Amino acid sequence: MSEILLVGEVNGGNLAEATAELIAHGKPLAESLTSSISVALLDQDSTSAAQEAISQGADKVYNIKDSLLGTYQTDAYLASLAKLIQEINPIAVLISKTEIGADIGARLAFRVDTGIVQDCIEVSVNSDNKIQANRPVFGGNCMATVVCESTPMMALIRPKTKEALEADTSRSGDVVDYNADLDESVIKNQVVERVEEVQEGIRLEDAARIVGGGRGMNGPEPFDNELKDLADTMGAAIGASRAAVDIGWVPYSYQIGLTGKKVAPDLYLLVGISGASQHMAGCSGSKNLVAINKDPDANIFRDARFGVVGDWEKVLPALTQQLKELM
Amino acid sequence: MSFNIVVLAKQVIDPEAPSASYRIDGSAGKLEVDSSQKIAPVINGFCENAIEAALQIKEAVGDATVSVISAGSDFVMDVMKKAVSMGSDEMYLLQDEKFSNLNDSSITAKLLATAIQKIGEYDLVLAGMQASDWDQAQVPLGIAEILGVPCVPIARKIEIKDGRAICERATDAGYETVSAPLPSVITVNNEFGQPRYPTLRNIMAAARKTPITWDAAELGLSDDDLSPRIKIVDLFIPEKQSQCEIIEGEDEEEMGRNLALKMREAKLI
Ligand SMILES: Cc1cc2nc3c(=O)[nH]c(=O)nc-3n(C[C@H](O)[C@H](O)[C@H](O)COP(=O)(O)OP(=O)(O)OC[C@H]3O[C@@H](n4cnc5c(N)ncnc54)[C@H](O)[C@@H]3O)c2cc1C
Ligand SMILES: Nc1ncnc2c1ncn2[C@@H]1O[C@H](COP(=O)(O)O)[C@@H](O)[C@H]1O
Repeated sequence: MSEILLVGEVNGGNLAEATAELIAHGKPLAESLTSSISVALLDQDSTSAAQEAISQGADKVYNIKDSLLGTYQTDAYLASLAKLIQEINPIAVLISKTEIGADIGARLAFRVDTGIVQDCIEVSVNSDNKIQANRPVFGGNCMATVVCESTPMMALIRPKTKEALEADTSRSGDVVDYNADLDESVIKNQVVERVEEVQEGIRLEDAARIVGGGRGMNGPEPFDNELKDLADTMGAAIGASRAAVDIGWVPYSYQIGLTGKKVAPDLYLLVGISGASQHMAGCSGSKNLVAINKDPDANIFRDARFGVVGDWEKVLPALTQQLKELM
Repeated sequence: MSFNIVVLAKQVIDPEAPSASYRIDGSAGKLEVDSSQKIAPVINGFCENAIEAALQIKEAVGDATVSVISAGSDFVMDVMKKAVSMGSDEMYLLQDEKFSNLNDSSITAKLLATAIQKIGEYDLVLAGMQASDWDQAQVPLGIAEILGVPCVPIARKIEIKDGRAICERATDAGYETVSAPLPSVITVNNEFGQPRYPTLRNIMAAARKTPITWDAAELGLSDDDLSPRIKIVDLFIPEKQSQCEIIEGEDEEEMGRNLALKMREAKLI
């Protein structure tokens, strides 16, 4: 039986949430193509992650082993995945567009001599038994339906576009050790240092609630004062539009959007953000959008569930005060 | 010996063009701007950042040549000239009917890689992290694979030292510094800083300069080289139904308070 290979990731010993979602994307494809789901894990110590992958729906796990693996290094990951793909010849390869996935997806496709559909939000199998995906293009203004015309069929899938399946711990599957046997010469780039900038408060990507500020904030101070006060009251993380980042009010790590972080909180409250498609591309998975904007024609009111047309300088303090009384 | 920098710059539809101005041929995977709208194309924003990066590196290493390459079919010279008037030395236009609507990165990467090799010696290939039309962020990565050289995507700082490129790149958790041996392919984002404005002197120099133009035959590309690996079969503008409930109030303060009550009622908080 043919295999669909998923590139898995491990977070602190556990299967990454993005990989569980990827399995959920892969399952219906496997059914249509009468193939099975295999997950490749490149962590040195992923025994429990392998079982978790199987509980999430995988039929087989390749535990890729090599002394050059361990902490993520692009060249080593690429070389071992390319080797595995050439050996097992999967019908399709799916990768999540996480930091690692975005880094290796395109290169892996070129290395195994096939095409890849980038940044898919939906994947299916068409009547020719080819994988077909929907993906936003032109900054999210337009949607494209793209078909894989070469094998293995490859797609890079945006995280948070599908919920993981319910874990079924009674499922069983094969766990195979795969020795990548890498030659040290595959490593070209050297990571000189990795710096973690500890962000205060909740990480944007994990936050259930987010408060975002845009160019309409009119300066950096409101991010530290009014917006922060509101965020603290709601237990929310703070994000921003690219306009606010480009002017230098907040660092790039705050940016939500096409070229920033992809978030999918339960509640995203946007203040002084116009709702450009490139911003919305980073938060389309949010369950509820609430907007405060002084322009009644702002695009954001087409996406928001609740909106206030007004100046945030007047709206925010009252909103925060009322929330404090409610919470 | 001179340090050779190749910059890849794509002409794209202005990302500020409203979607109402789009003319779409879905089954052909083609999107254009309605010509009556008179919205000129632009050099892709991240590509301007890449040109800026190249010029900064040229200033740092001293003796360097910056060559810009672009592939397409309908170049607007007034737009593309900006790459030269910013301060680049040479411009190569890969122009052919066959290069219209380049949305399959495997083809684009192949023809750009072929041109890079045809130009000859290169130490560094710089590109934008992503083109604002098809938003794929993969052509430069593919070029690195085809050329068999290292690749550093999404750098925000580059320093050339002892035959290596020391790049700083943002990560989800902070940043990392990566050192890649040259030649290599590096993509940059807007954190590299504002692209410089063309000086009058450079504008005049650019006006006198004719780009070198190559078509598919001159690049030695066969139809087989240009066969697609992915295919767009439909393009559409997603329907959006506005269901926004505008919160009313006597004044903006009351609207704020009412919003809090509404969010509680809807169990959002
Ligand atoms: C290739 C590309 C990638 C991009 N990637 C991203 C990305 O990742 N993320 C991103 O955000 N953008 C991105 N952009 C930029 C995007 O197109 C918009 O320019 C940007 O999102 C605008 O930010 P903004 O809404 O803060 O600013 P503006 O569009 O200027 O909107 C400001 C809003 O604030 C409102 N306002 C002003 N004053 C007040 C007040 N006192 N009270 C209430 N409201 C007020 C105004 O009515 C207006 O609606 C990208 C663009 C390109 C071309
Ligand atoms: N047709 C092209 N001509 C020149 N450079 C290109 C072309 N297509 C892509 N590139 C380069 O590759 C980068 C990423 O593009 P993409 O992979 O299409 O998102 C762009 O910012 C350019 O630097």
